[in-house]
Amino acid sequence: MKKFFQILYLALVLLFIYAPIFTLVVYSFVDTPIVSLEKALEVGFSFELYGKLFRDQALMKIVWDTFLLAVIVAILATILGTTGAIGIYYSKGKLGKGVAGASRIPVINAEIVTALALVLLFAFVFTESRSYLAMVVGHLVITTPFVVLSVIPKLKQMDSSMYEAALDLGATPFKALTSVVIPEILPGILSGFMLAVTLSLDDYIISAYTKPAGFDTISTYVYGAMAKSSANSSLPALRALSAIIFIVIILVVVLNNIRTRRKGA
Amino acid sequence: MKTEELKRLSCEPVEFKVKEKRTLLGFSRKQLCIPYGVFLACFVVLPLLLIVFYAFTDQQGGFTFDNFIRFFTSATTLTTVIISILIALATTVICLLIAYPVAYILANSKLNKGGTLLMLFIMPMWINFVLRAMAMKDLLTLIGVFEFNNYLNVIIGMVYDYMPFMVMPIYTVLMKMDKSLIEASKDLGATGVQTFTKVVFPLSMPGIASGITMVFMPTMTCYVISDTFGNGLITIIGKLIDEQFTTFSNWNFGSAMAMVLLVIMLISMWVTGGFKSEETRGTNL
Repeated sequence: MKKFFQILYLALVLLFIYAPIFTLVVYSFVDTPIVSLEKALEVGFSFELYGKLFRDQALMKIVWDTFLLAVIVAILATILGTTGAIGIYYSKGKLGKGVAGASRIPVINAEIVTALALVLLFAFVFTESRSYLAMVVGHLVITTPFVVLSVIPKLKQMDSSMYEAALDLGATPFKALTSVVIPEILPGILSGFMLAVTLSLDDYIISAYTKPAGFDTISTYVYGAMAKSSANSSLPALRALSAIIFIVIILVVVLNNIRTRRKGA
Repeated sequence: MKTEELKRLSCEPVEFKVKEKRTLLGFSRKQLCIPYGVFLACFVVLPLLLIVFYAFTDQQGGFTFDNFIRFFTSATTLTTVIISILIALATTVICLLIAYPVAYILANSKLNKGGTLLMLFIMPMWINFVLRAMAMKDLLTLIGVFEFNNYLNVIIGMVYDYMPFMVMPIYTVLMKMDKSLIEASKDLGATGVQTFTKVVFPLSMPGIASGITMVFMPTMTCYVISDTFGNGLITIIGKLIDEQFTTFSNWNFGSAMAMVLLVIMLISMWVTGGFKSEETRGTNL
């Protein structure tokens, strides 16, 4: 009986989580400006929104730009964050503590404060606060700490004598780092990279404040379209886009789960 | 004398004076954190100092407290702050009430073998949050709830977007918890309820604290949800700051408000047990 209620409860919460996404996927096959049952029955099933999505050059550019930005940011954040994490972990002194402390600020700080602080800085130094560079820096500020947070636990788990053993056996420190330490902490680096990609894709506020004129990410575009109310013609196409993104995420997660399951077995 | 010498030599660890060797681009292992440190100093610490500087100056650059006086005496800003806090509180409490049982069941049930079921609960986190908000808004419109109350809409939207951030840390803490403590409590004659209130719940406090910081602050400032779900009628403190920067171009007043948020953040960090708790946030695919 207890188990029944537990399952019922989880099912209800899952319903809350997935009902909107399910609605979105269903209505991505119905070409209507507003989501309503009558419209759906009237218009019927079609792939029209997917067609509109792929024909909309501006929207496709936004999708491409968003992913490109996320990948650039994630690569830089992974390099900066991994070296940072190694440095923080091995330096027990003030330097490491200071960097670790500063690294926690963007995690806890309200995103709008981080964004405005950066706007002030760029306006102060470059007079122009909006640029692609500013946006990349802004995304790095919010993503790199999470790379650090996912690498440090792996460093803690690592057998610390391995690095020394490599040195004793004649490896150069660079070689010891790249062929002993890095492989050991690779899972942390990879999950840090993935976290950086998702955080960058998810960001609205930093992009909104630092993006150069004429540039849009999915977030800023959707927010703009929603703010301009339902009259916008490309909003329905966004349902198709969300549906695709969701399917891709399910595939990645499921494949990843199968892979780790195999490794575990 | 010779024996003394020998003794000294054998007892004292021989200091090889290992100079930290260079690993990469001339940095030693410790010094690898220097690039990141410089990055943080330039783009995190310095910008925050600029906020403090702007907050205490007027638009001509002279020192002033006016921005703060204006903030704490204006009825509009104070109402907005109160509304933001109430919305954030409601969202946080609802998130906690929904998420705690979820995390508890997942952490203790065989249903969640290897974290598969947990995946289902946090998967939506990987969809862009504005798209997620759009989906929720569409659903609310579809079932006709969207017309009822703007505040209700905003809270539903926020709970929907931030709940995974509450599930994750609580789940992590409950998973790490020493299960023998629960057995010990039962062996010592505690009832199920007593075990929960006296053992499990207090031990899960770090997770709860971390969840609260991850939900409360964003919900006070993330104006995307309040704009799209509140039909433009609900202003939260994040929006107020945004307006100062984008509409009124009063960076000084905006910075003062941002600084108030900074202080709230520092206080909440101090209350919820410092910097450590956010480590539970790192989620893996």
